[in-house]
Amino acid sequence: MKHKIKLILGSLRQYKRYAIITPIFMVFEALLESALPFVMSIFLDLAIKVNSFEDITTFYDHARIPFMVSLLVLIITMVVMAMLSLLSGILGGRYGAKASVGLATNLRSDIYKKIQSFSFANIDKFSTSSLVTRLTTDVSSVQMAFQMMIRIVVRAPLMMIFSAVMAFVAGGQVAWLFIGLIPILGIGLFFIVKFAMRIFTRVFKRYDALNQSVQENVTGIRVVKAYVREDFEKEKFNTASTNMSKDFIKAEKIVALNTPLMNTTIHISNIAVVSIAAYIIGKYSTTMVNEEGNIVVINNVLSIGQMSALLTYGIQILMNIMMISMIMVMLTMSLEAIRRIGEVLEEEPTIENPEFPLFEVIDGSVDFSGVNFRYKEDAEKDTLSNIDIHIKSGQFVGILGSTGSGKTSIINLISRLYDVSEGEVLVGGVNVKEYDLKTLRDNVSVVLQKNVLFSGTIADNLRWGDLNATEEEMRRALDIAQASEFVNQLKDGLNTHIEQGGANVSGGQKQRLCIARAILKHPKILILDDSTSAVDTKTDRLIRKGLKEDIPDVTKIVIAQRISSIEDADQIIVVDDGKINAIGTHEELLKNNAIYQEVYYTQNRVGGEQ
Amino acid sequence: MPPVRIKERSRAKKGTMKRLIKALFKQFPVRLTIAAICIAFNVFANLCSSVFASLIAGVLTKGVIENGGAYNAFDWSRTYETNVMGNSFTINTNIPVLLVMMGSIYVLGVFAAWWWNRSMAIVTQKYLNNFRIAMFNHMEDLPIKYFDSHPHGDIMSLYTNDIDTIRQFISQSLPEFLRTGLSVLFALTLMLINSVWMTLVVLFGAFMMVLNTKYIGGRASRYFIKQQIALGKVEGNVEESIKGLKVIKVFTHEEKSCEDFDKLNDQLGEFSTEANIAGNITMPINGNIGNFIYVLTAFVGFLIFAIPGFRNLTMVKGLVDMHLDVAAFNSTIVGFLMMNRMFTNNISQFSQHVTFIVMGMAGASRCFDLMDEKKEEDNGYVYLCNIKRHEDGTFEETSEHTHDYAWKHQHHDGTLEYKELKGDIVLDNVDFGYVPEKIVLHGVNVYAHPGQKIAFVGATGAGKTTITNLINRFYDIADGKIRYDGININKIKKADLRRSLGIVLQDTNLFTGTVMENIRYGRLDATDEEVYKAAKIANAYDFIMRLPEGFNTMLTSDGANLSQGQRQLLSIARAAVADAPVMILDEATSSIDTRTEKLVQEGTYKLMEGRTVFVIAHRLSTVQNSDCIMVLQNGVIIERGTHDDLIKEKGTYYQLYTGAFELE
Repeated sequence: MKHKIKLILGSLRQYKRYAIITPIFMVFEALLESALPFVMSIFLDLAIKVNSFEDITTFYDHARIPFMVSLLVLIITMVVMAMLSLLSGILGGRYGAKASVGLATNLRSDIYKKIQSFSFANIDKFSTSSLVTRLTTDVSSVQMAFQMMIRIVVRAPLMMIFSAVMAFVAGGQVAWLFIGLIPILGIGLFFIVKFAMRIFTRVFKRYDALNQSVQENVTGIRVVKAYVREDFEKEKFNTASTNMSKDFIKAEKIVALNTPLMNTTIHISNIAVVSIAAYIIGKYSTTMVNEEGNIVVINNVLSIGQMSALLTYGIQILMNIMMISMIMVMLTMSLEAIRRIGEVLEEEPTIENPEFPLFEVIDGSVDFSGVNFRYKEDAEKDTLSNIDIHIKSGQFVGILGSTGSGKTSIINLISRLYDVSEGEVLVGGVNVKEYDLKTLRDNVSVVLQKNVLFSGTIADNLRWGDLNATEEEMRRALDIAQASEFVNQLKDGLNTHIEQGGANVSGGQKQRLCIARAILKHPKILILDDSTSAVDTKTDRLIRKGLKEDIPDVTKIVIAQRISSIEDADQIIVVDDGKINAIGTHEELLKNNAIYQEVYYTQNRVGGEQ
Repeated sequence: MPPVRIKERSRAKKGTMKRLIKALFKQFPVRLTIAAICIAFNVFANLCSSVFASLIAGVLTKGVIENGGAYNAFDWSRTYETNVMGNSFTINTNIPVLLVMMGSIYVLGVFAAWWWNRSMAIVTQKYLNNFRIAMFNHMEDLPIKYFDSHPHGDIMSLYTNDIDTIRQFISQSLPEFLRTGLSVLFALTLMLINSVWMTLVVLFGAFMMVLNTKYIGGRASRYFIKQQIALGKVEGNVEESIKGLKVIKVFTHEEKSCEDFDKLNDQLGEFSTEANIAGNITMPINGNIGNFIYVLTAFVGFLIFAIPGFRNLTMVKGLVDMHLDVAAFNSTIVGFLMMNRMFTNNISQFSQHVTFIVMGMAGASRCFDLMDEKKEEDNGYVYLCNIKRHEDGTFEETSEHTHDYAWKHQHHDGTLEYKELKGDIVLDNVDFGYVPEKIVLHGVNVYAHPGQKIAFVGATGAGKTTITNLINRFYDIADGKIRYDGININKIKKADLRRSLGIVLQDTNLFTGTVMENIRYGRLDATDEEVYKAAKIANAYDFIMRLPEGFNTMLTSDGANLSQGQRQLLSIARAAVADAPVMILDEATSSIDTRTEKLVQEGTYKLMEGRTVFVIAHRLSTVQNSDCIMVLQNGVIIERGTHDDLIKEKGTYYQLYTGAFELE
């Protein structure tokens, strides 16, 4: 945890000075704030004294003037104090905002960069939605906690200590009273927080579950209505909601003790201060008649002004204890966010550039020799075992196998999306681990199974393949991918805007755009992972023809469900249960391989595809 | 689908506050009244602190003076005449009496504080619970159109964010409003009694605070809105790039992505800083306006009391009507300064709640919008019932679950008429549009005879799913007629109509719960045996048995721990256990591997046996043996017939079949 907090604070960078300066201003504000009543009490006592010169005739008496001057000086002092306090309040607020927002901004940027550096293995560890939460909600709660920390965490205890000191200055021994009250309030608050938090953590889980159920009802409303389960769902929800609400009430009842506890302590402190003050003032006061003939009360132990100052400081001390306890709760709640963010920042990318990387891939040959692979070190079973494949540059290779047989795992090793556990993968005759990652991946272009277009125009998306692609180059790629026709039919052609997730193009169109994007990279090896599943057979055939004729030198590796997509490949690899079952041409496999035969006959019976 | 409306209304509709508070008082009249009284008393008790402080100061001074020096302040026997609240009236009292009074008011005050905090907590939670339930119950009764035309995220945020703002309003802002309002009133009254002049100074300060809150608060909320928009953009980018992270890696697009992100992120930082600064400085400014006023009143008081000339100004004379003995000054100035602090503190505290109130009202307004949506109407009077057949061909209604159904017609004169359910469904010249201006189905005629299999084929958006939406009355047709066994479906009770139609949808939508519970969703009174049987029909039994806890395996967040194919099998099993006489199957498009696909297909075939079935096909292979295939294009049926007919016709279907067209 300590390390995680350190990591997160490391993102402060250029905002560090704001983070340091903010508490200083806040402390300054606090000092002024609590000193003000003290000065006021001096002013009051003096004013009372002046008041006793009560007589119009003596108004111009010279004896009065020094008093008047000191009173004016006191007032000016107080005004200056208020102004300084205002200034530090504003500056503290300003720098506090800058520091905490700055931290959040840097943190988001750092997390984002970190995630970008992740390998596939790292990505698999975190779910997409959890990464999104960490980048958004969690960062916000760290921002809030941090702001609170620099603005109040330093301020509240200091304010308390300072008020206590001032109480001693103003009220002498009487101030011990507050010291006695602090632990009572502190312990009380501690128990309230402890018991309430225990229930709250439980309730919030229930709350999540409840919202989950609402979510299911909203997205699954057709199922609910189709099966006429409205009443069933209502009852389920009503019970869950009522149960949760009962728990909430339980917790809130405990929290409701907070204010009365606070009030009680303040009241006790008030009564005690007043009684003690009354006793002392009564006991040690003397009266005297001043020159003007008025009676003045003199008390050298405790004055009325001091009593009023004591009351104020008492409340301030206790209020700040309350603040501290609230801060503790908030900070505890942000610990979870800190932990989650720290987890991402601590994650080490499993694949990194070699120290002396190669920047050139000679040709598109691929060789697997004795490759074993598992996704996790401690996995019981290898995902791939004993893979030996040899693909010559420019060949067309098909891979076939059922879901989970390991097809995708094989091709992921080629562009080093994952590292092999044993054995080696060579591209252009060189182990992939020796290449510069960018060089390797630019030369090995993969069209992923779960492919994504990004919001932006079609041209923007295509330029992912080549930042400087001309329109002519893009058109050519679209031609090969058989996407020109539909792109030309769109009103804005290449400039058509693609919505988030590619929602406004159909599955087949999306696949073809993704293929075009991959072609634009001018790779030496092109891998299509089930990338034409939503494309009809005729277009599928045309794409293959285009690839063969227009980029003949590129090695093409195609994973497919349909035999028709790969039957004219130079070699077809049949994968079963993480092992190579057979390698051969269509004719050979049809003759010798049971799996291949089964798939072929099922598809030709049901699919009716020739 | 109807056009989706994006969330409007960031501001509350008029009358929202009234509606909310009215409902609150209607549900908890006694609790709220008592709570309000307790708040008032609590405020009073806290205020008494300062009154008593000034009283005690007065009594003490008087005591010292009258005793001519030191005396025992706790002496019961003697009382001293003291002025209260300026010199408006005097009481005869002493320190012990005052302390006892103070103590008892405090005790009652603490009790009042406890009571109102507790009852507000209870009221808030109970009200929210009722509110949530009412909202959910209402939502369940809304037509599908509502869900299709509102982004699901917006509906969800009603239950999370918006309800939370209401909670904040009821549990915090409402009592705070009363508390600070009363405190301000009390303080103001006491100050007025003490000194009109000094009060004017304080009021001026309060006015400044309101101005400040309005100005800075306005600035804060302007930037806050900008911040929210920027945040939305950042979240959009994050979501997109994390979902597409593997693509980014494959295209080595990392640096460019970071650049794009940083641009959005910096903008968010900029607006967020401004919003935070404005938010942070409101309090210190208001607080220090309070401090200035504090000093200023002291100064004015000093002028009034200490400079005789000032006091003798005629204008002032009328306002400051008090004896100016020492005791009066002491009690007045000490009390007044405390009042002053209280007044300004409360105003600046309440100014912080203004934002919460605005947010709470906006949230409540959005929730009320949902509750004001019109419920799905149902004027049907034809019911579905199970029947038992006699050997002579007649039948009678039974409460048992037989596989036989009949429609029960309830006539106005009370007589019942039964009509056997056969599964004959006719769409007669049906027009339909999700919005009246845009008709998406034109003159659709479909004749499904009992036991027939009818398939719909066509591109995305051709209107296939729309037709099934009409049969189960998720939407109502604009023109034409739909008849079920000769009965206009408008006359059939919606629940019974839907119960007679089994549906397997494209989106599988499972619910949190065990596998068993999810299958049983089809028919709640199905026995375990029946669930097993349904699972076997759907070819789901084998994989379920391989799950860690078999039928008791918990499914989480829409069955995320199952594969797409497995989820499909479960939804088929769910339809199988429902055992409805007519089926509607919306086939899935997603690529599942050949083996699972075969399982899914076999499951559906078994389910179709002996039933009238509507199939929406994405793979032509599944529809070849249909009794009738309808090819839809732009909401019109352009071809119809059996597979062989259509192949012979050499039209669109033929082209689709031979792969000349693609089907999406």
